[in-house]
Amino acid sequence: MKDDLKNTATPAEPSSSRLIATLGIAGFFSGLLLVGAYLFTLPMIEANKAKALEEAIYKVLPGCTTFETLVLRGGKLETVKELKAASGGKPEKMIYAGHDDAGKLIGFAIPSDEPGFQDLIVGIIGYRPETKTIVGFEVLDSKETPGLGDKIIKDQAFRTNFQALSVEPQIVAVKKGEKKNPNEVEAITGATISSKAVVRLLNAGIGDWKGAIEEYLKNGELKNQGIEELGN
Amino acid sequence: MNQTTEPITNRTVEEFMKGLWKENPIFVMVLGMCPTLAVTNTAINSLAMGVATAVVLVLSSVLVSSMRKLIPDQVRITSYIVIIATMVTVIDFALAAIVPKIHKELGAFIALIVVNCIILGRQEAFAGKNNVWLSFMDALGMGLGFLFALMCIGMIREILGSGSLFGISLFGSKFEPWVVMVLPPGGFFTLGFLLLFFNWRKQRKERVKAST
Repeated sequence: MKDDLKNTATPAEPSSSRLIATLGIAGFFSGLLLVGAYLFTLPMIEANKAKALEEAIYKVLPGCTTFETLVLRGGKLETVKELKAASGGKPEKMIYAGHDDAGKLIGFAIPSDEPGFQDLIVGIIGYRPETKTIVGFEVLDSKETPGLGDKIIKDQAFRTNFQALSVEPQIVAVKKGEKKNPNEVEAITGATISSKAVVRLLNAGIGDWKGAIEEYLKNGELKNQGIEELGN
Repeated sequence: MNQTTEPITNRTVEEFMKGLWKENPIFVMVLGMCPTLAVTNTAINSLAMGVATAVVLVLSSVLVSSMRKLIPDQVRITSYIVIIATMVTVIDFALAAIVPKIHKELGAFIALIVVNCIILGRQEAFAGKNNVWLSFMDALGMGLGFLFALMCIGMIREILGSGSLFGISLFGSKFEPWVVMVLPPGGFFTLGFLLLFFNWRKQRKERVKAST
């Protein structure tokens, strides 16, 4: 093996064009490699994301086996197969209608977020419009304090709050052991800020979509009636 | 340095070993403190961070070393950064594709490997001046040394702070976790105590040497 401990800098000044060419070539190959890696991993990354979302939807809507994606367009909920290219950079907000094996509508999975103690808490809510209750809630992303605020994910007692939580007139947080009404959430001792953030998140998510969902269901019923009438 | 006179094999071993122990990037050189303190709250995060950094370091060192004669001195830092940033981005994509959960936990700290001074430091101090084989051994040693140090901190913090190791509960439900250990102060405490231990050992060794 050759010994080359000597400094490699050449004594003569390299020309400006050589400097530019070096950086240009480095940039070119770096670009090639990055685009290659990006294109290669993109389908895997998208599949991971889709899988995580799917799992979350099935978790918050017990009994759900298929779902369709709905977006709000012109004040109405519409089913989408493929997302429109986002206009103005912001992606359209979506909710998911979950169906059971028989194709019956079970409820809606509503993504929502709210600032917590440290960063945004991103969650997904399972909502049953029939009974106007929340039947499930999962945190998708949060940076709450480990050991305290992250109990919103880990504390089983707190999670049981979301098995049948009435959204009317509004969800409120109460101290642990003081739950009397179906619209109350028992906060976690020592993590009041995170608990309250979850309650705000639930109210915001339901508040944003409740009207549109009711409208959608009403239209759906009318349509079904129309079909039945035609059938008759 | 008069290592040039030594046989090649000895030199290879030496370049590899120095990063593991004598010049350990964390415990001796105290470099790369940002990921050391930020993502060592669990053993698995430390492992992922250590492996990602070591891979970037080895790939960058090999590339820089093999191209050291083509890169003019005046633009070497820029070229190194381009090479390092490319490697980090590739690793970032790979982690997101293969282990999405860990990728999410490490968050911005993967991208921040670009500015980890261990990596640019090795290019400037070693790979830019030495042949590919020695640069590879140097980078491998430093990378494994970094991984070893992160694992020490991560395991201590997870055991005390969560009562578990690699997510497996160790002490049952009776153990009350020291929550502070998984919070940022726990990183400083653990690193402080480990540095104390390593320096105490070093001083004791020197005293023993001096007395004989």
